[in-house]
Amino acid sequence: MPDRKAIKVALVGNPNTGKTSLFNQLTGLNQKVGNYPGITVDKKVGRAHLSDQVIASIVDLPGTYSINPTTIDENIVLQTLLDKRHDDFPDVIVVVADIENIKRNLLLYSQIKDLKIPTILAINMADQIHRKGIEIDLDLLKMELKSEVVLISARKNIGIEKLKQAILKYKSLGTSSLAHISQKIDEAYFKEIRSKFPDISLYKIWLYITQMDHYNDLDKEQTLIIDEYKKDKVKIKKYQHKETIFRYQQINEILKKTYKVNKASATDLRTRLDKVLTHKIFGYLIFAIILMLIFQSIFDWASIPMDFIDAVFADLSTLVKSTLPEGQLTNLISEGIVPGIGGIVIFIPQIAILFLFVAILEETGYMSRVVFLMDKIMRRFGMSGKSVVPLISGTACAIPAVMAARNISGWKERLITILVVPFVTCSARLPVYAIIIALIIPQERVLGIFSLQGLTLLGLYLLGFGMAMISGYILHKVLKVQGKSFFLIEMPDYKLPSLKNVFYTVVEKTKAFVFGAGKIILAISIILWFLASNGPAAFDEAEQVFENQNDLVLGEPSNKEAALASYKLEHSYIGVMGKAIEPAIKPLGYDWKIGIALISSFAAREVFVGSLATIYSVGDDDEENTTIKKRMAAEINQETGLKLFNVPVGMSLLVFYAFAMQCISTLAIVKRETNSWKWPVIQLIGMGLIAYVASFFTYTLLI
Amino acid sequence: MKVGERGVIEDISLEHIPLSLLEMGCLPGEYVELLQRAPLHDPLYIRVNGSHIAIRKETASQILISKV
Repeated sequence: MPDRKAIKVALVGNPNTGKTSLFNQLTGLNQKVGNYPGITVDKKVGRAHLSDQVIASIVDLPGTYSINPTTIDENIVLQTLLDKRHDDFPDVIVVVADIENIKRNLLLYSQIKDLKIPTILAINMADQIHRKGIEIDLDLLKMELKSEVVLISARKNIGIEKLKQAILKYKSLGTSSLAHISQKIDEAYFKEIRSKFPDISLYKIWLYITQMDHYNDLDKEQTLIIDEYKKDKVKIKKYQHKETIFRYQQINEILKKTYKVNKASATDLRTRLDKVLTHKIFGYLIFAIILMLIFQSIFDWASIPMDFIDAVFADLSTLVKSTLPEGQLTNLISEGIVPGIGGIVIFIPQIAILFLFVAILEETGYMSRVVFLMDKIMRRFGMSGKSVVPLISGTACAIPAVMAARNISGWKERLITILVVPFVTCSARLPVYAIIIALIIPQERVLGIFSLQGLTLLGLYLLGFGMAMISGYILHKVLKVQGKSFFLIEMPDYKLPSLKNVFYTVVEKTKAFVFGAGKIILAISIILWFLASNGPAAFDEAEQVFENQNDLVLGEPSNKEAALASYKLEHSYIGVMGKAIEPAIKPLGYDWKIGIALISSFAAREVFVGSLATIYSVGDDDEENTTIKKRMAAEINQETGLKLFNVPVGMSLLVFYAFAMQCISTLAIVKRETNSWKWPVIQLIGMGLIAYVASFFTYTLLI
Repeated sequence: MKVGERGVIEDISLEHIPLSLLEMGCLPGEYVELLQRAPLHDPLYIRVNGSHIAIRKETASQILISKV
């Protein structure tokens, strides 16, 4: 940040304390407030005007219960606060606490205070102080905590000015530590450490010993000393426990003097809701109904805007072609770029609806109950109750789903979740499914209510989910991974979702998806167009060859033109590639045109529809047949003379797309999250084999 | 322990309990209330030291409790 005047502020706090709401209030930027731990994954920085002259640069650090990290997200907090040369190393830290869970929040405050950085405690949800029957002696608390304490309500915009004033005066805040842990744990031990590192704060060294594996501000000799201390793991763990117990003792004493709760207003609503939502029958029933509702809305509600988008882009393509002067550039726009963008925009309705549901479930606190309900079941499949969140997110996109697996603390459970999540039907598969289902499944209703097409889609969802579970079970038995699994989840209070937060979540996530995956889709659409409109020698001679064969091709001039285009496509670069793999995919029932779509899908599945669009718009100029669906339905298999997209081929394709790992973006994120190429490669090959074998059997059995 | 019962934490098996559980407030001398068991009897939904958390049985078995 080049602005030198800006005060650097870091927001730190437990999950569910309203830290992100405070960030929104201070900066005016909006993003997520979730009830699920660790929802704030990305680094979020914003600017706040503290006064007319002074600006603060505020970073919203991931929510954490303690400075001792158990997840990657929490690790960011420690890394930021320990390294003075870190870009976000703060001038002042604001610890956000929630008035009801103040004791646990103070543990984090107590740890942070020992880092000897000026620290302000902001107690949030202060508007509920009377309703909850809480009394606080603020002045005494300030004295005991040796710092500034401000009561705020981030949602209701109370106390924000006071907090800004406190931040402005950060230089006057003391930096003395709160707990002198060394005396309480093992004085001799810490004295020895101190003598070896006289210039660095003792707590920092302690954190180096207990938490870090690289230390930016230490020289080689010092690093060796720390590594020596690290060896006594048993002792370190014992001392960490002692430290925590001591910190709580101190906090208890402070709170005894400053904080009182009149217990009359107990949380009745929570108890009653919990009884129903985690009930052994109703709990699962409600969860199943919610899932059904989500899937129903994806297919039914989203289809209206999707058909509209499909038609609009088809019209646009025709419009461009008829208005712009003829030439390569016009072709690029009408056959490459416009269908390419259409292929991205068409996802927006489904993704938005999915994120809307996920955001609401998290905001209300319901998601934690689902985790609680599902843990025992998921464990049989090598996963944790927390895997439910990635698996549901996976119905939108595997990328955020793989990242959501960070909350799972056991490595094996996390790894299995990451490995199986791409089986879950993501929205990129939906356009592929939708178009094939529309082609091969008749628009009938079963028992008068269920649409046959809808049931097929449901079947594909179950197929993907079932395969995820089966693979999880197999991996659970096969994988020999060290590391104990440990399960701990906070069950937050129920609350009404804030419409604003939900709205911004949906907008942001959809935007992130469109611009992230969208770039790949657009780029590939353009490459495909190029590959389809250019080719080796035979391609350039096409017109000559055709002139000579003129007599053989009977009929009207328009027929001749279409035949020429088709001939050109067959001899273009992409046609050559498609033909090259034809022998390999023939057992699955595919021809070289589908081969082209398969090749391009290995970058991202959704490109299937886009590339078919490109392929068929190159091969067909009939104005009546403008939508992709119509063109595909008209496609004839040249060998059999039957429709190309018949039931066996369609089913085989559906199965292939359900199982194959065709998403470069996901592979990249798996590599990043598992920190090795081993797992994405296993995923790619394993899923590919399953897809090939399953499609082969599907085709062979149906034909 | 039955649902709705309360107890005091006597001792915690430090070697088997991760630090994060202590940091949630699960400490010797604190009251624990079993709020609910998951339908398949695992995990357990407890309130301890003001925190509402869920833990698995195997973890809970490392915590020694005396009834009140």
